[in-house]
Order: sequence, then C-alpha cells, then structure tokens
Amino acid sequence: MYNDKVMDHFFNPRNVGEIENPDGVGQVGNPICGDMMRITLKVKDNRIEDIKFRTFGCGAAIATSSMVTELVKGLTLEEALEVSNKHVAEALGGLPPQKLHCSNLAADAVRAAIKDYYERQGIDVDIEVGHDEHGH
Amino acid sequence: MSSQPNPERLVYLDHSATTPVRPEVLAAMLPYFANKFGNASSVHRWGYEARQAINDAREKVASLIEASPNEILFTSGGTESDNLAIRGVAHSRKAKGKHLITSQIEHHAVLHTFEALQKEGFEVTFVPCDKYGLIDPDDIKRAIRKDTILISIMHGQNEVGTIEPIKDIGAIAREHGVLFHTDAVQSAGKVPIDVRDMNIDLLTVSSHKIYGPKGVGALYVRKGVRLVPQVTGGAQERRMRAGTENVPGIVGFGEACRLAKADLPEESQRLANLRDKLIQGILDKIPDVVLNGHPTLRLPHNVNVSVKYLEGESILLNLDRMGVAASSGSACTSGSLEPSHVLLAMGLSHETAHGSLRFTLGRSNTEEDIDYVLEVLPPIVEKLRSMSPLGPGSGL
Repeated sequence: MYNDKVMDHFFNPRNVGEIENPDGVGQVGNPICGDMMRITLKVKDNRIEDIKFRTFGCGAAIATSSMVTELVKGLTLEEALEVSNKHVAEALGGLPPQKLHCSNLAADAVRAAIKDYYERQGIDVDIEVGHDEHGH
Repeated sequence: MSSQPNPERLVYLDHSATTPVRPEVLAAMLPYFANKFGNASSVHRWGYEARQAINDAREKVASLIEASPNEILFTSGGTESDNLAIRGVAHSRKAKGKHLITSQIEHHAVLHTFEALQKEGFEVTFVPCDKYGLIDPDDIKRAIRKDTILISIMHGQNEVGTIEPIKDIGAIAREHGVLFHTDAVQSAGKVPIDVRDMNIDLLTVSSHKIYGPKGVGALYVRKGVRLVPQVTGGAQERRMRAGTENVPGIVGFGEACRLAKADLPEESQRLANLRDKLIQGILDKIPDVVLNGHPTLRLPHNVNVSVKYLEGESILLNLDRMGVAASSGSACTSGSLEPSHVLLAMGLSHETAHGSLRFTLGRSNTEEDIDYVLEVLPPIVEKLRSMSPLGPGSGL
C-alpha cells in the first residue's frame, strides 16, 4: 500500500515534538476527520531555523508531516510558502490515491504556522491556508 | 506494504476477515479438481460422483445449523446468500407489502442490498442499537406494519462481536407472519445454531470464515419459503440458483462445517478464554482504552477496543511490522472518509471510532500469541501517543 520511503518516514519520523516558546504555530485538520497536525516553528533572519510536528492520523498523515519538516527546515519563509501538499507527496515518491486528499495536509500546517508567525510580528501578508484541503 | 523482515513471531488475529483452509478440508477437496471433475447434472458416472459429493456436503452444512439438507442452497458466498435472501423474498412477496426491516449495524452485503431495494420502491426501517451494539426486539416489534414482509437482523456482529437476540426477534416475526432472515456468517461454527428453535426462515453462512475455501457459501431456506431466484439459467439448486456447481468448493465447505460442529463446544470455550485474557490485558496495560461491543453477549473470538488519541491505521502498520495482523474501523481502513457505521451507530464519537482495533481469534492462536500481543502493543501505543497532538490534557 505504501512505498518504502513513506514507511521510513512513518516508522522513523523526523522532527517529532513541540518547540518551547515557538515563533509560530499551525494546526490543521481535526480529530473528527481522522487527521490533525500541529506544527511549531522557530524563525531566525527570515528562515525556518527549527520545526517540529505532532500528528494524529494514519500512516500517510504522519509520513507527510515528517517529510514537510525536512523539506522546509532552513528555507526562507517565502520559499517555505511555495511548498505544496503535492510537493510533499512527490518527495515521498507518491501516496496511494485515496490518501492524496484526506491525509496530505502537512504543507497546509506549515503555511498556517508561517501565517501565525507573521500575525505575531504584526506583518500583514495574505496567506491562503488549505486551498487544496479536504472538504469533509 | 513493506513489513519488518523478521518479526519474533507471526500472530494472525484477523480471522473475521478470513481463515486458512484446514488441511483436512484441502485433502477432501483435492480429488474434485482433476480426478473427480464431473458436472453434477450429467447422466453418467462422472456426474453421479459429483452429485453424490454435493449431497454429502449438503448434509454436513445442514447439520451445523440443525436444518434439513433440502433446505440448503449453495451460493458463491455470504454476500450472494444475503442478496438472494433479501431480494428473493422482497421480490416474491411484493404483492403482500413493500415494507422491510433491518438494522443500522448490518454488514454492507445486507445494508447496501436494502438500500438498492429502497430505490426499487420498497420502504425500509433501519432499527438502531444500544451502546453495546445490541438490538432491542421491542424496537423490531414497534417497526412492524401491516405491509411488512421481511426482517433481516444479523446473528453475530462482525466488527464488535455482539450476539443479537435473534431467537426473540424470530418469534416476533413469526407471530406477525413476517419472514425472518439472519446473517450468521460470523457466528456459524462459533456458537450453536438451531434454525427451528431460533425461529429462523432464512440464514446465511460462509465457508471461508470457518476454515473452508473462499467463493462458496450457503443459504438456508426453510421448507415452504418462496424466493425469486436472482441468478437465472439452468435448473441447479432446485432452480433457485443457476450455474454449474462449484464441486470442490462445496465439498470443502461441507467438510469445514462437519469439523466446526465437532470442535464447537471445546474450541469456543478455548477462544473465549483467550479473548478474555486479551481484553483484560489490554485494559490493564494501556490507559485510555475502551472495550467496544457487549461485555458478555459476545462472539468467543472477537476483541474490539478503541485506543483514544490515536488513529487505527497507524497502529495496524506498527503491529504488522511486529508480525501481528489485526483490523480497524477507522476511515483510513474502511476505504471511505467515514469511520465504521457500526461504531457510529453505537454512539461512539468519530475520534473514538477512528482509534478502533479489532482482533479476531482462531484455531492457530495460543496463550503465547496473546502474551506476545500484550508485550508489543503497549510500546506501539506509547510511541504513537507521544507523536499525537491529542491527549488527556488537550481538551480534544
């Protein structure tokens, strides 16, 4: 069902946890749908210095969370905002079709955390969170 | 799916999904593929041989549920038997009425068949269940109308293991002149069934749930009950189910029924003991776990729990890596966006339903298997919970 890369990120997830006194927090999904992700991040000189995740969800939900933290760590905020759910799935070498829409929210969680960071800084930026989000 | 190459032990706990064919069953079937290959309808020794084998199997299947052999129809499995019973009765009695009664917690083979009949113009009442998955016979009684023609309520619930009061429901049906069908796919061979004592008019059994081959099942049709056949063609199965008989499958199914009946009292008790050990062990070792289904009115081989703050598939993947096979009613494993309709009908929240785990025991399982599961499951839950944003303090 899942390829080896997805299984590797599921069984050995990177950057699990919660950053103390984060600069931004993003939470997407909800437990009713079966997927919920919470991203915390530290920003330094406009770059994501550190990022951690906690996820409630299936194998794909956990693997995409792990992968997105690897993809955006060290990127500028503008670069990180360009990372989409589709990029995350591609970086994992693909996901089963039924998982693409329900368990692939990790990039949305990152965008939500960056949005929260900008809000905390009083910076007015229009960021869309979850334009390709699941609608259930 | 990639799995851990060498788990310490392999423990199959998904016997409600399917079971391995017993060696005795396989041995009984083998001659009927190449050597005794005849068509049972033929008028020659090859045909007679096949006919005799089917007759013998029919007696064995009938004996498991205390029916007469001429009340057994062979089909391709549980799903076809459910379809034949429900559509067959609905179509044969539609002049008498258009109202049908079933429950919210039936298997999809029953539920979706009733939904299809709704589109044909039948009216269906889906009675609810309580928090243990138990159906109240009084709800059935209240649902009966003058134009009710069929009631279908399952015997043993396939997900949560609750055993329904079908004898009482059958008595109510008979009192009101309504036919009563029960899907006994999960209970046959596990708990005693007597179709006459239990007031059953139609009953579904499947071969591959009781160590027989896949692709074969039976429908018990009480003498005198009329059905409209759903597969038309030749005159096989008393014109109720056309098509050349699956002789090796039927032979295997018969042998599986004979063995299930012979082993039933002892094996049921053994499974119930293992079941109770597993339930108690999980509840003792893992915090924030609830038992789903009835605590005592329960199939001897079914364990179903919800692990709070986790999603089922993530636990199944970890269990599989450790060599343990189980299942879940989470949305991710149901193939839809909704978790199990059964758990929701019992009143579980979506979150709790997503965290359900079903372990179904069988002949191969031992005390050591249960000990192994109780050893590997708690660290898996602990690891996943440490990754979850949900928890006792999260308010979710």
